Amino acid sequence: MVHIGGSRMSNFESGQEIAPQTFIINRELLVGYANASGDQNPIHQDEEFAKSVGLENVIAHGMFTMALAGRFASSIAGSAAVKELSARFVKPVVVPADADVELIVSGRVLEGGADLIKIEITATCNDVKVLGMAKAVIALP
Amino acid sequence: MLNPDIVGRTFTGATAFAVTQESITEFCQAIGEPNFEIAPPTYSIKISLAESEALLKESGLDWTRVVHGDQRFEIHRPVIAGDQLICSSTIENARVVAGNEIVTVRSDLHNQSELVASSWSTLVVRA
Repeated sequence: MVHIGGSRMSNFESGQEIAPQTFIINRELLVGYANASGDQNPIHQDEEFAKSVGLENVIAHGMFTMALAGRFASSIAGSAAVKELSARFVKPVVVPADADVELIVSGRVLEGGADLIKIEITATCNDVKVLGMAKAVIALP
Repeated sequence: MLNPDIVGRTFTGATAFAVTQESITEFCQAIGEPNFEIAPPTYSIKISLAESEALLKESGLDWTRVVHGDQRFEIHRPVIAGDQLICSSTIENARVVAGNEIVTVRSDLHNQSELVASSWSTLVVRA
């Protein structure tokens, strides 16, 4: 937001890019998310179990990745400003032991405005898109 | 296989989920959100997915084969500590695509008569 002489001027225009942010995902964070969310599915914590059901390794909760996309959306005008958030879980985020996996989240304004904007969110891990059709509607202050 | 009779029906949870500051703080810390005053946009999944799991398991769906296909939230106001949220789950759609059962559940969270948030979860039961 740009504030000039006490009046607010929105600088979100359609097509505008929103600077990328990098979030870390690791095993310790997945345990924390499992406890906070109540989703204790072992595919998100137990490597042996994950492999036994045909996965490459432990994978992040889709909702953890989406929560980080939510943080990206929240960084624009605060978490109270996020009115809608949606995503498709297109690829798993594989989390090997003792590794910090980088989730890179970026955005683009689909519909600009002074009160309400709609953004498209891109989330990638090792150059692979992990969320599809991710969008947020944000109320500007 | 899901009992087809439940498609289109709404099931309302018998008990309210009491939102505590501790649970908001824990969720914020788990995702690295610095503002603990309100629940982050995806917090309500904690309530809605547990309700959906209970409902769908009762209706014959094999939860061990379920993967999350997509998710959408409409947030009318942020969830805050002190909310007593009742979850109503509606099975909006159930279909089979390439042998996989795909179920869409809408979850409405009310604090007394106020609709706080609605969410839609598409769950895929792998064949």
